[in-house]
Amino acid sequence: MTIIVRRLWFFLITVWAALTLNFILPRMMPGSPTAALMARYKGRLNPAAINALQAAFGLRTHESLPQQYVDYLNNTIHGNFGLSVTFFPSKVSTVVLQALPWTLFLAGTTTIIAFVLGTFIGMVVAWRRGGVVDGVLTPGFVVLSTIPYFWLGLICIYVFSISHSWLPMGFGYDENSNISLSWSFIQQVAVHALLPALTIIITAIGGWILTMRNNMIGTLSEDYVRMARAKGLAPLRIMVLYAGRNAILPNLTGFAMALGFVVSGLLLTEMVFTYPGIGYLFLQAVDNEDYPLMQALFLFVTLTVLVAILLADVVNAVLDPRTRSRE
Amino acid sequence: MYQHIAVDDEARVAPVLPQSKLPARPGMLARVGSVILSNRKALVGVIILAAIVVTAVFAPVLAPYDPNATVGPPGAPPSHAFWLGTTSQGQDILSQLIWGSRETLIIGIVAGLAATMLAVLIGVSAAYLGGVADNLLSSVTDIFLVIPALPLMIVIAAYARGGGMWVLIGVIAITGWSFGARQLRPQALSLRNREFLESARVRGENSAYVIVFEVLPNMVSLIVAIFLGAALYAILAAAGLQFIGLGNPSDLSWGTMLYWGENNEALMTGSPLWIVAPGTCIALLGASVAFINYAVDELANPSLRGARRKRAKK
Repeated sequence: MTIIVRRLWFFLITVWAALTLNFILPRMMPGSPTAALMARYKGRLNPAAINALQAAFGLRTHESLPQQYVDYLNNTIHGNFGLSVTFFPSKVSTVVLQALPWTLFLAGTTTIIAFVLGTFIGMVVAWRRGGVVDGVLTPGFVVLSTIPYFWLGLICIYVFSISHSWLPMGFGYDENSNISLSWSFIQQVAVHALLPALTIIITAIGGWILTMRNNMIGTLSEDYVRMARAKGLAPLRIMVLYAGRNAILPNLTGFAMALGFVVSGLLLTEMVFTYPGIGYLFLQAVDNEDYPLMQALFLFVTLTVLVAILLADVVNAVLDPRTRSRE
Repeated sequence: MYQHIAVDDEARVAPVLPQSKLPARPGMLARVGSVILSNRKALVGVIILAAIVVTAVFAPVLAPYDPNATVGPPGAPPSHAFWLGTTSQGQDILSQLIWGSRETLIIGIVAGLAATMLAVLIGVSAAYLGGVADNLLSSVTDIFLVIPALPLMIVIAAYARGGGMWVLIGVIAITGWSFGARQLRPQALSLRNREFLESARVRGENSAYVIVFEVLPNMVSLIVAIFLGAALYAILAAAGLQFIGLGNPSDLSWGTMLYWGENNEALMTGSPLWIVAPGTCIALLGASVAFINYAVDELANPSLRGARRKRAKK
């Protein structure tokens, strides 16, 4: 279990690094954007809120930098990110927490589908290396994985929503309905999520296929696979249980590296589909120069990604005995 | 024990050995050329990339109109005069596409190079210096590897609003180096105890000389692969950032074309080519880089090569 402890340490250090980056960035930049922001708040805020914002953006010049840093950490740990400019008197934390479930839902389902499908296709393609399937699918997915997510999203909107109006072109549910747990609402959510999910899966799957293919080519040349062949086991069994099973592990480790790219694509896809999650919130924050919201979003996304990586590490430690025995 | 490690390391860097075995070393260019011709994926990639580079270089000759001037009716469909139609301001989409290739390519190349240089600097230093420095640099690399890049890029670019191309290049380089550094460190580590480095050190060469003239030449194929990956990342990231309006919208590039197309609701108003065309070009450029990268990967890792069977038949 030492590996888990070590990963926990890394988790904490990275959270600290992200917090510190968040602290340094506004202070490194030429002061005008945040000063302009404060000018816009004048007369609209109570002193306490102004105080919190000044602490967050380094506008308290009479305080020393370490004192500002301590104040900032204290505010952030207590979930006090200030007020959003875009959704004015709402707190940033409230706005972000409303959007987070949407993104988690979309990211979770698409990542799992893309991973399972991609791993399976990669397995088959490596098994039939040099064949027609490999010759067509592999370069095909190389091309697909270089398509910008948001652009594919735009094309999907054009084909499915504008030209044919088969599917709704944006948002998470029908405009006039309220959020509830009714059957019709769940249906709406599913229909609205279909296009963004499709976009993400199509562009994300290529990476999984390619890494799985490369891993699988490695395991296929192992002696235990030759042994299995010599024993006359069924090809399907060798492919899945012998070569495939061992090729999945590095793919799972690659999950951590891929996640950053997946999240970036996901955020852009949400922007295109005006899906009510973190990505769309980011776009609104950019449009309105809403720095408090933007910085809180950066922290939340980083934290979510880190938790996901930690989970992948735990799964990896459970599945792969070697990671457990290593000191 | 020491020797045992050295032998083990030698086996691991085996792919770099064959070149020294060749009797008369053919020119680097000739070798790369023959590899490209023999690999269909690489060939396709090189042809697409060359076409885009030629377009960018000869933009003033190739573009039929001034890309920023109103030269036709707004939102015109494709016609003989305007092959890809016009924007809602009556600008020629084809001319914008041709001129826009320049900034897109420059960002890809410069940001890709900058990220690669950072990766080499940090990855190789970590391996070569070892000890505390290695721990520190490796941790920084790991942290940058897992911090999601797009949100960080958005925050930095939003603070430096209106900075244009150079801000984008800086932001991409800062967020894009960690993947390469992570790949370079183990290879540099495996070279560290090789005998030719030992002999250079015994000769009294300083660390900088050893790194630049002895270590780096042995990692060329990996560095090229890292550059291609970084360039691909830069092209896609720049397109994304410009699309959401974080570039300088008055610059002309494929990303800003997407931004203006989307903001003028090109898809809704019947000029889809305003968005389809630059997106297709970005995808083509990205695919060409990915194909070349894929071929380099096969070159560096012989087990991935499909050609092995043919050779066996001979």
